[in-house]
Amino acid sequence: MADLTTHIGTLALRNPFIGASGCFGYGLEYADAVDLASLGGVAVKGLFLEERQGHPPPRIVETPSGMLNAIGLQGIGVRRFVAEKLPELRRLGATTIVNICGSTLDEYCEVARILSDHEGVGAIELNISCPNIKEGGIQFGCSLHGTFDVVSSVRKITTLPVIPKLTPNVTDVASFARAAEEAGADAVSLVNTFLAMAIDVETRTPKLSNVMGGLSGPAIRPIAVRMVWECFQAVKLPIIGMGGIATAEDAIEFLIAGASAVQVGTANFVDPFIWGKLTSGLHAYMTRHHITRVADLVGSLRIPTNTHA
Amino acid sequence: MLVDVAADVTANTQLSPDYNVIALSAPEIARVAQPGQFVMIKTQPGLDPLLRRPFSIFERLRDASGAFTGVSLLNKRVGVGTAHLFSARPGDRVGVLGPLGRPFVPVDPPAEAWMIAGGVGLAPFVTLAEALAERGTPMRLFYGARGAADLHYADWFERQGARLHVTTEDGSRGDRGRVTLPLLRALETTSAHQPVALYACGPTPMMRAVAIAAEQHGRTVAVSLEPVMGCGMGGCYSCVVPIRRGTGRQFVRACLEGPIFDGRTIVWDALTGH
Repeated sequence: MADLTTHIGTLALRNPFIGASGCFGYGLEYADAVDLASLGGVAVKGLFLEERQGHPPPRIVETPSGMLNAIGLQGIGVRRFVAEKLPELRRLGATTIVNICGSTLDEYCEVARILSDHEGVGAIELNISCPNIKEGGIQFGCSLHGTFDVVSSVRKITTLPVIPKLTPNVTDVASFARAAEEAGADAVSLVNTFLAMAIDVETRTPKLSNVMGGLSGPAIRPIAVRMVWECFQAVKLPIIGMGGIATAEDAIEFLIAGASAVQVGTANFVDPFIWGKLTSGLHAYMTRHHITRVADLVGSLRIPTNTHA
Repeated sequence: MLVDVAADVTANTQLSPDYNVIALSAPEIARVAQPGQFVMIKTQPGLDPLLRRPFSIFERLRDASGAFTGVSLLNKRVGVGTAHLFSARPGDRVGVLGPLGRPFVPVDPPAEAWMIAGGVGLAPFVTLAEALAERGTPMRLFYGARGAADLHYADWFERQGARLHVTTEDGSRGDRGRVTLPLLRALETTSAHQPVALYACGPTPMMRAVAIAAEQHGRTVAVSLEPVMGCGMGGCYSCVVPIRRGTGRQFVRACLEGPIFDGRTIVWDALTGH
């Protein structure tokens, strides 16, 4: 009997499948479609200290096998979250990973402190990678020093697992995973979306109000898998992999590349009932390959040595 | 109860070179759908198109015994997905997720219900008209289109007892001009003592004009908006509509708080992406 539990530092997940931040609301929106307690985790939409309105529409546009978004981190702020959403997430038995944002180091720390004072938070995911907000963390996530500073600052505030979410919009993502590890992160999650753009050629106008946005969906999966593999080789930290996962096979690819868990975002838009299919697909795969624990699959890539013989 | 049905196409009636009505076998959705609710449609499997598209539930279909068999969609061929729905054949499979969204609230007599539809904006009014007919609420339909070939189901509404006001931009049927012209006449000639509830769906400029006219005459209007929508479930935050809240404005998700909105609450100047 295959055991789907997996571990992100001290955080035990029932299975490796997490609703991706920014793609799963505050989790409660999906409670009619899926028992939130049956998920590995729920990564809620990024929270600043205060409420944010986000960008005007159009906020999304579809592209080949993917989509661009520039939502602009619309959100209710951390105080409303702990008052209005967290108790219900607890009641439903969700393992809640709270994605947090900040314009300053102090804001990250204050949001983390508020969350640490409340029951029901499983881990903190540091959003240092949203491509759509200048002052929303990417200024930290695109600099090794900035990444180190955010992680080490929040590390001092909280005993909750701290998981910086890395941007793929850098030359060497593995060096950012190393900076996170040195700063005391419990895990890293990757990848956030790829900065991208689409133009209406008839009107010569951008298809998003924000001009640029983040590309997600199956189009980015091979790049995300490569980046997970690079980070897996570079750090000992657990990795939460994501980027275009739409099937159990896609998720298994990330596990083999080195992810201990995965987040699913865009595919959940298409199929909010995807979660049961992912767990049963992983279970069937593990049974077929006589793998009893997810950990035995993580980073199990086999590279034939005689390829160039 | 939210369901995702892999529905068989049971009929495809092409109404014109652009419009069709596609019937889908989804009794689970038909049974529980309320007036003005919508479904998210995956027109074909695979990655192109990737995302679902929102459609108003047009009709709740029944068999001879009156049991619900499915829903139909009023489709206008515009992009890849709608082109696929236009040419779909019986036996094809379409993913139908729903029902979703807050429904219309039908008024009771002696109030009158006036529906204002522009083109494919007729879609949410069949289910509303059925609910109004059940209540015995007097109905009118103000129905505008480019030309006579784009006017569909007008006779169905007449059979439900609706009084019809038709306009076409080319004058090929009814009055020439915008649908707001007969609406304004009716608003001006109706006693303020007669309660009237307005319901509107169509192009944004039309709905905005209706909302302004309604406000000027002290009437409420429920508008059914059709923003770009990624998931229909509240997850993606793409379908937001600017709403007046207190002294400020706020973006709210049309999939959860709409698609039906009180026209007075919408900040029409800031309504983009529709």
